Amino acid sequence: MKRLLLAAAFFAVLLLLWEGAYRAKIWSPVLLPSPRQVVSYLESAAADGTLAKATVITMRRLLVGYFIGLVAGLPLGLLTARWKLFRDTIGTMALGLQTLPSVCWVPLALLWFGQTEAAMLFVVVMGTLWSVVIATETGVRNVPPIYRRAALTMGSKRLHMWFQVILPAALPFIVSGMKQGWAFAWRSLMAAEIFVTILTGFGLGQLLHYGRELSAMDQVIAIMFVIVVIGLLADKIFFSPIETFLHRRWGTSQA
Amino acid sequence: MRRTARRRSTATEELQPIAPSKLAIEEVSKSFQSASGTVLALDRVSLNVAEGEFVCLVGASGCGKTTLLNIIAGLERPDSGTVQADGKPVTGPGRERLVMFQEPALFPWLNVFGNVLFGLKLKPNLTKKDRHDVAKYYLELVGLSRFERANIHELSGGMKQRVSLARALAPNPRVLLMDEPFAALDALTREQLYGDIQEIWKARRKTIVFVTHNVREAACLGDRVLLFAPHPGRIQEEFVVKLPRPRDINSVDLAAHATRITKALKSLGQAETVAVK
Repeated sequence: MKRLLLAAAFFAVLLLLWEGAYRAKIWSPVLLPSPRQVVSYLESAAADGTLAKATVITMRRLLVGYFIGLVAGLPLGLLTARWKLFRDTIGTMALGLQTLPSVCWVPLALLWFGQTEAAMLFVVVMGTLWSVVIATETGVRNVPPIYRRAALTMGSKRLHMWFQVILPAALPFIVSGMKQGWAFAWRSLMAAEIFVTILTGFGLGQLLHYGRELSAMDQVIAIMFVIVVIGLLADKIFFSPIETFLHRRWGTSQA
Repeated sequence: MRRTARRRSTATEELQPIAPSKLAIEEVSKSFQSASGTVLALDRVSLNVAEGEFVCLVGASGCGKTTLLNIIAGLERPDSGTVQADGKPVTGPGRERLVMFQEPALFPWLNVFGNVLFGLKLKPNLTKKDRHDVAKYYLELVGLSRFERANIHELSGGMKQRVSLARALAPNPRVLLMDEPFAALDALTREQLYGDIQEIWKARRKTIVFVTHNVREAACLGDRVLLFAPHPGRIQEEFVVKLPRPRDINSVDLAAHATRITKALKSLGQAETVAVK
């Protein structure tokens, strides 16, 4: 309860400072709208459905692309961990491509796929995939050999060994890779949406882009706020429970 | 079929003792490549273990006793020689010869109960209820019923080894291979486990091969104690320990046996030093 109050107080102070800066007229109101203007934009965008529609479009792109990235990345990671041939080829490629900021895929995606949903998906998949591949490989290769040996003596082999021993043992690594992949995918999708208008759907990035075009700072700030909230929610709803579970099971954290 | 006293009347077929097997190790050799050249870890070692026998392998570190255990387990292949379990050649690991390692090797992604269930789930022809009954039985046997929902990291070192023991016993292996399972534990916990393991061995009629570098431990647990000599790894001497069970690690009779074995071990060390000179 005390923690909650302190956090609430912190954000209240932040809002007050903002309001104060607006009233002091240090910057033009075009550049710094008041918190109330931002809220009223949010209200109108929520009322006419713009916000919900854009959020749904963005989240669909993100989730579908992320899912594809996971489904492709996990087996590729397992292969690179298991066979030297894959490590030298796909593993090296993944390592290289992971260092490439995922925004850099946007120009290529546009040239290949044009202004289509496929381009958006491609960018998200590229953002997710390599992090997941590398995390899975690292995780599997860090599984203590004693687990494998113990499982072997109990009669575990092949698929059972992979699914009941190697994968669970590598889970902490895999989850942190999934989290990183999510962050990369989210960033690259926003970049793609800001750069390109795609007629099949207006996402949050596009709203942000038009906010800039119209010099509608209230819209820009409001959409940024929505993007932050989505990021926070993804963390709290999806990743935090998994991480809490892992920490509790593995005993890796006091919290 | 002979039945031993059981704590649970609901116990299934699984809890019936089965005829323990016999191990026949013949002329087994194994060498490793190391930085200083080829090391002959085992040099034509032969050993027979009778049904229901408790055999301890003692010796200094690096004399090949763990290697032999791994070969019996099927985790390593000998360069030459044969290992037979129950008359059949050992070609790989199998649940009829379960290993208890020096580290607990428990799976941190499963709780205590899940760990004990792991091997049972790999055993065919068991219903879910059978598996749960068997897992509960062994957790009770090692005195950890209250902790079945606990996470592995919440247990003390001794409790972890007890869970390992329950996990190794649960699939009802004919042979239990133990690689210095108590080496990392404090003296008090160890003494409790000496009692437990003798009780379980007696009740479930297992064949146990137990590796240790602790002579007293070997004399306390083994029907036979085999003294290993290093460079190359071989069985130097055999001691038969005929003392009533359960044996107390602190008893005077036991001390006499331990002293005899220690003397042999020390003379071995001296011979080694002389040979090197």
